[in-house]
Amino acid sequence: MDFLIDFFNLNDVQWVPQIVNIIWNGSLYSLFALGYALIFSVLGVLNLAHSAIFMWGAYVGLWAVCGNTVFDGQCPAVDVPVWWAIPAAMIGGGIIAILVDRIAFYPLRQRNAPRLSQLISSIGIAIMMVAIAELVFGKERLSMPLDAIPRRNFDIPDGLSIENPLDIGRIGLGMYVAEFNILLTPVRLQIIVVSLILMIFLGFIVTQTRLGQGMRTVAFSERVSSLLGVHVDNIYMIAFFISGALAGAAGMLYTLNSNVFLPSTGSELTLKGLTVIVLGGLGSIRGAVLGGYLVAAIEVYMVAATDYGGLADAVVFFLFFLVLMFRPQGILGQPLPDRA
Amino acid sequence: MKQRFKIVVCLLLIATLVLPLSAMAQDGGDEEETPRMGFWEECADPANLSGEIPIGVVFGLTGSIAQYGEPQANGVRLAEQEINESGYLGEEATVTFVYEDGGSDRETSIAAFEKLINEGVVAIIGPTLSSQAFGADPLAADAGIPVMGVSNTAAGITTMTGDPELDQFIFRDSLPESGVIPGTVATAVEILGIEDVAILYGNDDDFTASGYEVFVDALEEAGVEILLEETFSRGDVDFSVQLTKIIEQDPDALVVSALIAEAVQIVTQARQAGYDGPIIGGNGFNSPALFTDAGEDANGVIVGAAWNVGNPNELSEAFVEKYTEAYGNPPDQFATQSYVGAWLMATAVRCADSADPADIRDALASIQDFPSPLGLFSFDEDRNPVHDPVVQIVDDGAFAVFDESYANYFD
Repeated sequence: MDFLIDFFNLNDVQWVPQIVNIIWNGSLYSLFALGYALIFSVLGVLNLAHSAIFMWGAYVGLWAVCGNTVFDGQCPAVDVPVWWAIPAAMIGGGIIAILVDRIAFYPLRQRNAPRLSQLISSIGIAIMMVAIAELVFGKERLSMPLDAIPRRNFDIPDGLSIENPLDIGRIGLGMYVAEFNILLTPVRLQIIVVSLILMIFLGFIVTQTRLGQGMRTVAFSERVSSLLGVHVDNIYMIAFFISGALAGAAGMLYTLNSNVFLPSTGSELTLKGLTVIVLGGLGSIRGAVLGGYLVAAIEVYMVAATDYGGLADAVVFFLFFLVLMFRPQGILGQPLPDRA
Repeated sequence: MKQRFKIVVCLLLIATLVLPLSAMAQDGGDEEETPRMGFWEECADPANLSGEIPIGVVFGLTGSIAQYGEPQANGVRLAEQEINESGYLGEEATVTFVYEDGGSDRETSIAAFEKLINEGVVAIIGPTLSSQAFGADPLAADAGIPVMGVSNTAAGITTMTGDPELDQFIFRDSLPESGVIPGTVATAVEILGIEDVAILYGNDDDFTASGYEVFVDALEEAGVEILLEETFSRGDVDFSVQLTKIIEQDPDALVVSALIAEAVQIVTQARQAGYDGPIIGGNGFNSPALFTDAGEDANGVIVGAAWNVGNPNELSEAFVEKYTEAYGNPPDQFATQSYVGAWLMATAVRCADSADPADIRDALASIQDFPSPLGLFSFDEDRNPVHDPVVQIVDDGAFAVFDESYANYFD
């Protein structure tokens, strides 16, 4: 054990706050990758417009809380609670994802086009969506007003003390945050909570409901599902809606954390999301979750425990390469015919 | 006798008519006393100039970089108007600044330079970023066209090609980090008694990386211990992992070399994490976005600058007034440096009395003690700017001059 700690240079690492960093970053990656994985699992196609849906979801959420001024490239005031942006972003992301399916995938599916064409078609619509966002919201960064988002770290409430055992229950989260030097803002807590709820919800849908059964049947074979009376087109539409809603939630949480809205937001996540689902197992829901936390852990480790934080991406992609070489189905993936 | 009386009366009448006029002329003369830019005396009115003299301007006008590029373009527009309305280039000639968007990457700036050079501009002002200058400036030097950076502060800008024949065409009026940071660090150490610091810097950008190196030299010079160094990449929006590591070390000050977009995030996240000590920044912090986007989190940020809006200098005050009137908000350092840059280019054209790029280059290189909002401005033998910098601290949402009165600010 000591040998391992020395080998990975973990002596000086602050465990608790850095693990919290892994959890909230990983939750975000997983949430983003889930929608990616869902579409791959049902359609067998990578939807490279997923990051554009993510970005649009964030803008829809911003519009919902900020109003029409966002079209003039500004957000001077937020009149409603800022958390309303999350359901708005999910609905917006879902609807946009259905549109993406109708425009980029449906016509090709009808013609039985090869999967490569569908992949390229999704790249095309992603570029279009970024260009449209630049037209609609401007190329400049948009931000919510400073006081709109609760930005402060959790802290110990006035008058309470961690020295006093009676206070510990009432201090709650604030105690741990202050004691362990954790960077945990309300937004980051929201990221963890919302992501977990959505992950559990998705897992429930896929494994426990008729809809999930339908999705898995379609994933197995479109033809067989039609013969069994599954309405394939509806399944596609619902899968895209759920995937878009997950992307929208991820986009909103991501931008709430940084308060930077740009049409280019999310482009850096396209490849990272791909890495996440390949590491975990293409098309596997649990794999996407595992992959998200794994990538976050590597990134945090590189910065926290080594002097080569700049190489975090390189290490992640090297792992990606290794997985493709030696375990192409991913860590939790099953051989292709059984996916989903 | 009568005749002489009539003449006297006439003279008196004329005098009564003329005197008030001359008195009025005197008043007019007083109004003209407001300080005026330019080498009106030092260089004679040009005789050989005529028509529109085109000078290219390449600033990042779109994307996150527009936070610098927009004020820069405004500064040049104001100078253009003043130069042409005052007849600085003589009766026959005017200067026409040709604006091109340099984007935020090297390739866009290079394309903008190529376009302007093909269009036959006699000089170029820009580009916005040092990393763009390293790509684009050699094109102008190759074409024998003088180019002046008005915001490039990385080391080695004016000697980038290593060939003196080419380098002689590359100028800048923006004090390099090496001209601002040592003074900033020394002042902060002296006033606040800083003994150890943590550094956070962007290692994938010429400007932030060279700023980091200057900081390290200046900190060593001042005898300050560097507890740890952390890096990030351009476009990063989250710094919590690095900040967790830094705050654990409890440094006396946080030193940051970043562009404004990342700088705002670093400042707010450091404050979120409960760090309330001084944050010493490089030139990238010199933007009003620091106040609009970081709000009160920005209080306690210490930044050296070539210029401050509170500069007690007549030309500076006049410039602030005119700029505010024209654009509705006060200028930042970038607007001021681009304004001065445009005036320097026009002065070179006037003093050369020629629209030939080689003559303009020679005249530009010989500018000494030019009165400007930046103070008395000269180029040194490497075509770098020489003038006095100021050290500022953010206090109550604005830059103030950092002096002994802030010794207990962080207690």
